[in-house]
Amino acid sequence: VKRLVIVIGLVLLAAVPFWVGNTYYVNIASQILLYAIFALGLNVLVGYAGLVSLGHAGLFGIAAYAGALLINSGSNHFVAILGALAVTLFAAAIFAILALRGTGLGFVMITVALGQIVWGVAYRWISITNGDNGISIATRPRPLGLSLATAPGLYWATLMVFVVAVAAIAIFAVSPFGASLRGTRDQPRRMTALGYHIWMIRFLAFVFSGFWSGVAGMLFLYYNQFVSPQVVALNASAEVLLMVISGGTGTLFGPIAGAALVVIIKNVASAYIEHWNFVLGAIFVAIVICMPEGLVPGSARLWRWGLAKLHPDATRAASAPAPRHESGI
Amino acid sequence: MKLWLVLAGNSIAFGGLLFLLSAGFSLIFGLMRIPNLTHGSLFMLGAYFAVSLIALGFGFWPAAVLAGVGVAIFGGLVERLLLRRLPGAELAQVLVTLGLSFMIADACLMGWGGDPIAIETPPALQGATYLSSIAFPTYRLAIIIIAVIFAIALWALLDRTRLGAMIRAGVDDPAIARVVGIRVSRLFTIVFALGAGLAGFAGVIGGPILSVYPGLDQDMLPLALVVVILGGSGSLVGSFVGSFVVGFLYNFGQAMLPELAYVVLFLPMLVVLVLRPHGLFGRAVS
Repeated sequence: VKRLVIVIGLVLLAAVPFWVGNTYYVNIASQILLYAIFALGLNVLVGYAGLVSLGHAGLFGIAAYAGALLINSGSNHFVAILGALAVTLFAAAIFAILALRGTGLGFVMITVALGQIVWGVAYRWISITNGDNGISIATRPRPLGLSLATAPGLYWATLMVFVVAVAAIAIFAVSPFGASLRGTRDQPRRMTALGYHIWMIRFLAFVFSGFWSGVAGMLFLYYNQFVSPQVVALNASAEVLLMVISGGTGTLFGPIAGAALVVIIKNVASAYIEHWNFVLGAIFVAIVICMPEGLVPGSARLWRWGLAKLHPDATRAASAPAPRHESGI
Repeated sequence: MKLWLVLAGNSIAFGGLLFLLSAGFSLIFGLMRIPNLTHGSLFMLGAYFAVSLIALGFGFWPAAVLAGVGVAIFGGLVERLLLRRLPGAELAQVLVTLGLSFMIADACLMGWGGDPIAIETPPALQGATYLSSIAFPTYRLAIIIIAVIFAIALWALLDRTRLGAMIRAGVDDPAIARVVGIRVSRLFTIVFALGAGLAGFAGVIGGPILSVYPGLDQDMLPLALVVVILGGSGSLVGSFVGSFVVGFLYNFGQAMLPELAYVVLFLPMLVVLVLRPHGLFGRAVS
C-alpha cells in the first residue's frame, strides 16, 4: 500500500503541469519543490541533529554564485554544476568546523555571523559578485537534449532532483548514521560513553545538509537565471528555517509542507500586500509561541486536546505527552 | 600620517557607539542566555523615534533621551508579553526575536519610508576641534565622551549597586540566585529594557554619522554579534574592548579594503572562536 501511495503521489506530482496548466502556477510548483529540497537539507541539521542554523542561505547562495560565475566564465553546465557543488561542500565543511566550536545558542550565533560574511562578500565584493545588481546567466542546461527553457521542463527537472533528495534524506534518516545523529541530539553524553565520535557525526551531518542547500541553490539559479545578495540575506536563512519549523522538525514531510506553505503565502501575500516581511515575522512569532512543535504535529496536539476536553476518560491513554524540544545545549 | 590619526579617531568614536549598542546585547545574552536578534532593530527604532521627535520640535538631546526611554519601554513590553511566555526555551525566544526584527523592519519601512533620513548634528557640536594640528569632528569627540560616561555609569551600576549585584548573581548562576531570593525573572525585564534603551539611545547618537535607513538594523546587528563573540557574553569589559577592536577593524577595513571590509571584520572573530570559544573575557556558558 505504501508503495502504491508513493507511485500515485509521484504520478500526481509529475502531472502537475497538465492539471494546473497556467505557467505561473507551474513556476510556483517549481519554487515549492526547490525550497522543499532546501528545507529538507536544513532539517537534517535542525530536526535530526538538533542544531539550528541561521546561515544556510549562505551555503545556498554560495552554490548559486559559484554556478553563475562558472557559467559566465564559459564552462558548460555540467562542469558548472559539479564545480558549484564542490565549492558548496568545501564551504559547508568550513562552516561546520567553525560553527561546531559552539553548542546551542553559540552555534546559532556563529551561523548568523557566517551567513552575514557571505552576504557582506556578495554585497561588497563588487568586482566579482557585481554587488547589489547581482549576476544573470543566459541559458539553462539541456540535459540529454531536453530543454529546460519552458516552465514544465524546469518543473520536471526540479521534480527529479526533488525525488532524489527525498529518497536520499529518507534513507539517511533511517540509516544507522541517522540513528546515531539523533542520538547525539538527545543524549550526547551517552553517545560519547558508547564510543561515538559526536563531533564527526555532527560535522558529516552539517556537510550533508549543506550539500542539499547547494543543490537547491543551483536549482534556484536555473529557475531565476539570476542571483543577488538578497538570496543570502539573514531573511532568506530565516525563511527556510520557518519552513522547517512550521512544518514540524525532524519529520520527512514537515519541511515539504512548510515549504509549500511559505511559498504559497509569500506569493499570495505579495499579490495583495507589499510587506511580506511583516507577515513572515508575524507567522514566525505566532508559530513559535502557539505551536512550537510545528503546524502538523501542533494541529494534531490541539485536536487531541479538544478530544480530551470532550471525553476526559476515553482519550487520556491516547494523548501522549507533547514531544519535548531540546535546544541542544 | 594625519589620515591615519583621523581614521584612528573615527574608529574610536565608532567603537564608542558600538559599546552603547553591544553592552546591552552582552548583558541580555549573559543573563537571559539569548542572543537578542532584535538589537539592531531597536537601534534603528531609536533613531526613527528621534527623527519623529525632532520633527515635532524637540531638541537633539531631549529627543535622544526620550527615544531611548521609548525603546526601553518597547523592550520591556517585548520581554513581558512575548519572551516571558517561553520560559527556559531559549531557542524559541531567539526565534521570536528574529521574527520581531522582521516585523519592526517592515513597520519602520511603512512608517518612515525607504529613503535614508539624516539626523542633524546638534548645533553646539558642529564643526571641528583641533587637537594639536589635527582637525577632528567635534561630534565624534562627543560620542567618545558619551561612551566613556556610559561605560563608567554601567560599571558603577553593576559593581556598586544592589541591583547590579543581583544582575551579576543572575549572570553567574541563575539557579542559586533564585534560591537566595532574587527575582531573576524581574531582572530579565529590567535588563532587557535597559539593553533596549541603550540600543535605542545609541541609534540616535549614531544618527548624525550613519543617518537612518531601512537595513540599518541588519548592518548593526552583526557588529553587535561580533563584539559579543570577541569580548565574551555578560562581560562589560569584554564588550568595551571588543567594541573598540571592532571599531578599528571596521573603519580601517572600509578604508583599506573596501570590498572585503566584512571579511576583515569577521576574520578575527573566527580566530578568537577557534582559540577561545567563549570570547576574550567570557566564561563558559553552560
